Amino acid sequence: MINRKIAPQIFDAVDFDLQLKPYTKFTLDNGVDVYSIDAGAQEVVMVECVFFAGNCFEDKNIIAATTNFMLKNGTSTKKAFAINEHFDFYGAYLNRSCHNETATFTLHTLSKHLPNLLPEMAEMLTDSIFPEEELAIYKQNQKQRLEVNLKKCDFVANRLIDEYVFGFHHPYGWYTSPADYDSIQRDELVAFYKQFYTHGKCIMFVAGKLPSDIATQLNNVFGKLPLNQQNIVLPKVEAIAAEQKKYHIINDENGVQGAIRMARPFPNRHHADFPKVQVLNNIFGGFFGSRLMSNIREDKGYTYGIHSYLQNLVQQTAWMISTEAGRDVCAATLEEVYKEMARLRDEKIADEEIDLVRNYMMGGLLGALDGPFQIISRCKSYILNDLDDAYFYNSINTIRTITADELQALAQQYLQPEDFYELVVI
Amino acid sequence: MIGYNRFVLDNGLRVLVHEDTSTPMAVVNVMYDVGAKDENPNKTGFAHLFEHLMFGGSINIKDYDEPLQRAGGENNAYTTNDLTNYYCSMPKENIETAFWLESDRMLSLAFSKKSLEVQRKVVCEEFKEHYINKPYGDVWFKMRDLAYKVHPYRWMTIGKELSHVENATIDDVKEFFFKHYRPINAILVVAGNVTTEEVKRLANKWFGPIPMGDKYQRNLPKEPKQTEARFLEHHADVPLDAFVKTWHIDSRLNKGYYVADLITEVLGGGGSSRLYQKLVKEQQLFSNLDCYHFGSIEGGLLAIEGRLVKGVKLEDANKAVNEEIEKMKSTLVDDNELQKVKNKTESVIAFEDMSVMSRATSLANYELLGDANLMNTELEKYQAITVEDIKAYSKTIFDDNNSNTLHYHSKN
Repeated sequence: MINRKIAPQIFDAVDFDLQLKPYTKFTLDNGVDVYSIDAGAQEVVMVECVFFAGNCFEDKNIIAATTNFMLKNGTSTKKAFAINEHFDFYGAYLNRSCHNETATFTLHTLSKHLPNLLPEMAEMLTDSIFPEEELAIYKQNQKQRLEVNLKKCDFVANRLIDEYVFGFHHPYGWYTSPADYDSIQRDELVAFYKQFYTHGKCIMFVAGKLPSDIATQLNNVFGKLPLNQQNIVLPKVEAIAAEQKKYHIINDENGVQGAIRMARPFPNRHHADFPKVQVLNNIFGGFFGSRLMSNIREDKGYTYGIHSYLQNLVQQTAWMISTEAGRDVCAATLEEVYKEMARLRDEKIADEEIDLVRNYMMGGLLGALDGPFQIISRCKSYILNDLDDAYFYNSINTIRTITADELQALAQQYLQPEDFYELVVI
Repeated sequence: MIGYNRFVLDNGLRVLVHEDTSTPMAVVNVMYDVGAKDENPNKTGFAHLFEHLMFGGSINIKDYDEPLQRAGGENNAYTTNDLTNYYCSMPKENIETAFWLESDRMLSLAFSKKSLEVQRKVVCEEFKEHYINKPYGDVWFKMRDLAYKVHPYRWMTIGKELSHVENATIDDVKEFFFKHYRPINAILVVAGNVTTEEVKRLANKWFGPIPMGDKYQRNLPKEPKQTEARFLEHHADVPLDAFVKTWHIDSRLNKGYYVADLITEVLGGGGSSRLYQKLVKEQQLFSNLDCYHFGSIEGGLLAIEGRLVKGVKLEDANKAVNEEIEKMKSTLVDDNELQKVKNKTESVIAFEDMSVMSRATSLANYELLGDANLMNTELEKYQAITVEDIKAYSKTIFDDNNSNTLHYHSKN
């Protein structure tokens, strides 16, 4: 008979020798840097162009995101339908997304189809024409979508909390109204496109089971484009946080839940406290076994889930707590969050709890580095945040060595209720 | 080609091992052959509530999550109308921790009253978050109820109503556990950097001593063939009119299932699909439109769902959808169009198979269907489908008497 009360011996994940698989870097004829990871068993590949074309470069709300969205809605020789049909025919995905500093244009495909797809992709970077009829459809459908989203308490809360922390004048804080969609002009998109895509600043990332001639394929197609010829400088905008700290908003009289957001400004990844606070955050609300989850979900049953995290932003960030809780227990939920902050400030965390989180984080890192797309994603994050491998090894070292005293001191510094914005949207 | 080894323990537990030495991780996936379709119609939502209780402590281990996290692992679970699946991944060195935890909760839960009390509340909040406090959140409650009259697919996995979850008792929990959560009704898949020999040793050590249990005999009421078009109108406080229409399709292992899968791709897969191009882009009747099915094991539904452009009448949207459906019945799809959706299927499978976790879950899914090796022959079944098959099956399913239409009106 085995004794099931006794856990099998475990190997502490903190002792694993985690290594970041090095990327290969090469430069196209026009100066575009390409970072690549060749790994994996399936014959699939990702090719991503990252442009410095995020919303921080726009003079008018939603121009950056609209330009990004409409990259594949027509060139001088091909209608949107023909473009979609071509990529769909090869079972490929051509996606785009717009962030604050950067905007991406990403291809996922079986490796064998690359020669049929890369030239078309490049064409959209020099010859997209943003047809008026496509823009009209986009405006109509985006406005309708926004109207539905504005009925959702979580959507409304996400917009407002960013506005409180960064200010509506800041690219991390502004958001879109129906009128903004109405006022988009085609020539504004064309101008943004020429400056930030056709003649823009680009970095490429490729990963998967790469064909041996990948560098040649990319250089033949993308190396001739007029990219990286101009100096594009990130605009510096100072965040201005709101004066008022607490907000309670009724978005839907009949709502049965409230979206709770609490946030405080926090420095970016270059600050020495960042990796340390990542550990503290895990203990606070960063995973299923965290204090917030154990108390507010697993003990009280106020919510389906509660999380805290450092927002994934480049210049500066915010430490955020996020949950949807029953309407009648929103106040109680807030109270419990503050209690958990106080416990972290007032009581030293037991070694057992810290050890668990160390192992959990290290095991998570091991899994997060498994597979070519996962590895390139981390590599991309470091490059776009102007970090290098040292950051990775420093983070690991922090996870391994941070002490209960340090964590308590960090809680005393950063988990002060008066620093947090508090928002409930019913 | 996904390789695997398969063996069965004396207590009937089926074990599949997929070895992949390129990863530092191991995955343990335990699938139970029970879903919302196996529930009592007056106690719906129970299979899913039960999934939550599986994390509330087992007979010898007071907390499931903590030891796994300590071992550097992560886990989650989900319930569908057909099955319940638990999965975890961890550094390969610590795989025995997963065997210990999973086998103990298969042996017996702790049946903690506190856990039941809390998880009832948590699931009620989950219910509110996804289905009550969201515009259009109740659409599928109405559509399932319209499309199924007898079969338990007529209710949602989360349950028919909040009260069913609120009224669950600890006796319900015990009965459900010993009926469904026995080795004979379960499948264990271990994948990643493991050897079959080691998995055999650990499976026998930890799962071997668990009593077999009785094989659950599923005897669900069969949905009678639908014989008249069904129609429902609903008015709600939403910004836009919404349209949903469904047709019954074949069960998972029939050829019709595969054909229906490709039909949804022709109609709704991607920016070049027929419905998107005609009804969103050209006629601008819908602001968004999807065509999909649920991958149900038993007779499922093919659905077309979208929101209307303001000013468009639901009748006109319905008519336009019907016109596209008629084309599928009267005209062969182009060879290129068929090749396109087959290429897409090949690509989807390749991307899915990138992750060890996804491979493990697929193996469990196919074993549940009766043969894990179906995973390796799936693509051939799609490749064999012809343009004539698509037309013939379109005629079969896109019959008005097989249709269910929901007009979801905006009150605004």
